[in-house]
Amino acid sequence: MLGYIWLFMISASVVCAFMTGRMDNLASAVTEGADKGVKLIISMAGVMCLWTGIMNIAEKSGLTKIISHILSPVLSRIMPDYRPDSKALQAVSANITANILGLGNAATPLGITAMKEMQKNNRLGDKPNSSMIMFVVINTASVQLIPASAAALRQAAGSTDPYVILPYVWISSLCALSIGVAAAMICSRLSGRRKRNG
Amino acid sequence: MDKIGIYAVPFVIMFIVVFGAVKKVDLFESFRQGAKDGIGSLISVAPSLIGLVLAVNMLDASGFFDIICSLLSPVCSAVGIPQEVLPLGLIRPVSGSGSYAVLSSILEKYGPDSLIGKTASVMAGSTETTFYAIAVYYGAAGIRKTRYTVPAAIAADLCGIITAVITVRSF
Repeated sequence: MLGYIWLFMISASVVCAFMTGRMDNLASAVTEGADKGVKLIISMAGVMCLWTGIMNIAEKSGLTKIISHILSPVLSRIMPDYRPDSKALQAVSANITANILGLGNAATPLGITAMKEMQKNNRLGDKPNSSMIMFVVINTASVQLIPASAAALRQAAGSTDPYVILPYVWISSLCALSIGVAAAMICSRLSGRRKRNG
Repeated sequence: MDKIGIYAVPFVIMFIVVFGAVKKVDLFESFRQGAKDGIGSLISVAPSLIGLVLAVNMLDASGFFDIICSLLSPVCSAVGIPQEVLPLGLIRPVSGSGSYAVLSSILEKYGPDSLIGKTASVMAGSTETTFYAIAVYYGAAGIRKTRYTVPAAIAADLCGIITAVITVRSF
């Protein structure tokens, strides 16, 4: 997948530079680009490590378990196919907590576990049930307390205050989450109705 | 509104550290372990990030972004999204490191504290690599049909982008 995107980006830039007569710009962009990549990683490293370090303390202290415990009854309401104390929903709330706290490395394996557990009680076979869809939609809305990578990139670009975006990110991701959840619920109702009629 | 972000960070850090101390966590060792994981994941994304920063830099120098932006600017102005953030909106759903690369080029070009820079940062922070997440999670569970997952997820993403534009502009 990424291979095709990369192929497209490189060929598009060469064709485009050829047509607009910017070949010399492109040539210097090639050497400069590889160099920029390395610099970007180095300048992001401090902020990223700060947050992975702090959030590891949150995990070790049991804070993630507490948040996950608070979330699970709420989640079972929008994922009615599973009981709040089921293995599936426990993995779901652990995944969402990890996402909120920005524990990216922990979140993906937890999400995969959650999906596999949910699939065990899925009567639709290779189609996701409405709770599974709800889970994926919640994951794509990216609700997080500290958007560490965006902050790290802002820091790398020399922002006077990298964290100024925090409240805007909170509002935007909460709006995205509510619309996503609402859309998933509406679609679930509609597809249920269609099934009953047909 | 800007003050909230400035106050939130030190308080979040203090809260987590104090909570950890109350729960008798080995504070510095936990921090060190977590930071080490952070370095580890940065190193693991480094090769793809270098490749993508290179490609984005090439696209930018070739004038590709300017062409795409001006082509799509009628759509953007209809919805009220600044056209400069479009490349980010296009790559965000498919690639995480790709969107880092694009965001970094936008921040460098327009400044991280400009309206465009802030909008792009909020967009990146409040949306996800939607198609990647769908592929990974459904793939792991052996799901082949997605039903209404994609439209619902796209609705959420679009809402995130539009709210990012509106909130940054109005506060």
